[in-house]
Amino acid sequence: MRGDTPSQGQRPLVLGVSLLVASAGLLLLGTAVGSTGFESVLKMQNDPQAMLIVMDIRLPRTVGAWLAGALLGLAGAVAQGLFRNPLADPYLLGSASGASLAVAVAMALFGGSPFASTFIARLGLTGAAFVGAVAAVLLTLMLAKGVQHTLRLLLAGVVVGVVLGALTSLVLLFSPDVMQAMQSFMLGTTSFVGWAACAVMAFTFCVCVVAAWMMSRALDGLALGEATAHSLGLQLPQLRAALIAVLALACGTAVAQTGLIAFVGLAAPHLVRSVVKTTHGRLIVLSSLVGAVLLVAADILARWVIAPQELPVGVLTAVVGGGYLLWLMHRHTGRGAGL
Amino acid sequence: MTGASHSGAEKLVAISAREICVELGNAQVLHNVSLSLPAARWTSIVGPNGAGKSTLLKTLAGLLPHTGHVELLGQRLHAVPARQRAQQMSWLGQNESSADDLTAYDVTMLGRLPHQAWLAAPSAIDHAAVERALKITQAWDWRGRALGELSGGERQRVLLARALAVEAQVLLMDEPLANLDPPHQTDWLLLAKALVSRGKTVVSVLHEISFALQADEVVVMNGGRITHQGACGDGASHRAMEAVFDQRIAVHNLAGQWVALPKI
Repeated sequence: MRGDTPSQGQRPLVLGVSLLVASAGLLLLGTAVGSTGFESVLKMQNDPQAMLIVMDIRLPRTVGAWLAGALLGLAGAVAQGLFRNPLADPYLLGSASGASLAVAVAMALFGGSPFASTFIARLGLTGAAFVGAVAAVLLTLMLAKGVQHTLRLLLAGVVVGVVLGALTSLVLLFSPDVMQAMQSFMLGTTSFVGWAACAVMAFTFCVCVVAAWMMSRALDGLALGEATAHSLGLQLPQLRAALIAVLALACGTAVAQTGLIAFVGLAAPHLVRSVVKTTHGRLIVLSSLVGAVLLVAADILARWVIAPQELPVGVLTAVVGGGYLLWLMHRHTGRGAGL
Repeated sequence: MTGASHSGAEKLVAISAREICVELGNAQVLHNVSLSLPAARWTSIVGPNGAGKSTLLKTLAGLLPHTGHVELLGQRLHAVPARQRAQQMSWLGQNESSADDLTAYDVTMLGRLPHQAWLAAPSAIDHAAVERALKITQAWDWRGRALGELSGGERQRVLLARALAVEAQVLLMDEPLANLDPPHQTDWLLLAKALVSRGKTVVSVLHEISFALQADEVVVMNGGRITHQGACGDGASHRAMEAVFDQRIAVHNLAGQWVALPKI
């Protein structure tokens, strides 16, 4: 029986296993990067301070980067399948601008840094970011009058993004003291992720990946065009709404915990597709893993490049992601096909 | 109707439509169209650009909002559950696909979606149906290649295999010959006849009039209305076709086949 030939044989499995191995290696490496280096890991059995550094600072942020990357990779795969557009970004429906506005307003009203150390302030801002992200998606859906018309959704998402972005600028203009704190949110950072944030992201990721996987055949069907998907008996309106909910949840959670990390969601599905052509069920899982590996790697790099200083990880993903996108464009035009 | 010599067979109707009107944007594309398509026959829909052929086919497939009634195998189309409709009726659209990143095999397997339980892995029956369909359209050899890596004609054969894999009683195909080279066009023709001989109903929109004339029945459309429906060998059908194309084509009998040639 050639039941295994259809999706390019064992390649998806090999890719998945390699990504898991890479994840394990990077998680280990992540605990060793910092001002005290690998030393802390070696000493942590008998040195409580080293233990604290590794277990409560380095490990949660590394795990957090993995989870946030996984959420973004998942959201990217869902967005690109849903909108049938390889350039679709998980922030497309306005979640990023909604989260920014909510965080800016919350900070302007209550003061404090987006990743303030006090638990309450922190909870307030992550909550605000999540609510803002989801509210912006709902606004987009309202403006697009539902989920039926993909193009209308995209346009509404652009409008919401621009308007909320302008409002955010306005808020910042009137309360310049939060500007710097806001900057760190806009660039994205994993430095404030603790175990609680990891637990939230892990739970959301499990829910989202299972839900998305269960609806992945709808994405496959949609790839053949709306009419064909409909003719195959798929209940498109319901499936679309559910997939958008997954998208908003995954995006909102990642943005709330780590700020606006650019390009991971866009690049992860492309990286998978450049290695293996497969159905959305596998693409969703693999894209999550690629996103996770990408963000952990970027995070380690961000901590290491100008150590003991630290780059915001969002800057790194933007530069690397932008470069990748350019390369992708050139490769496509080189082959004579439009992107 | 000359083609209806099978005793009693003409009584069976695969799809019937009564007084359907369709608006796209603000333009009315179909005006009170009524027709009935015989079961176990191949019917071609022909007409000039903008006649409403594709719209009619889409409406019959239940893919467009419309007024009026459509019946599939004797049941009101609206009342048929989506899954059952998908099992009974297969649809091949025109220029629709963008599934560049799915392999030919995966695309064809999507044709089995109406038969699969949610979340269930494809069964041996599904795999067998996909293999059959890909072999019929001679696309089996590149089943592992992504659609984006195939030529237009190869791609069309995969999409045709996808439509065949449904193994539906009724097949609706819009421009199935698009991008196919002459040998594969002939293959499609033989396939349509083979399907009909196995009791399936084939409805196709065709621009290649000579191919359309190979069907059992022809529906001639113009300006959102049906101007004629009849057997393909019928003189009246030929005249109706010549008329909607402004007498710019002429139907001739050549070596026992009806062919349409440009009038120069």
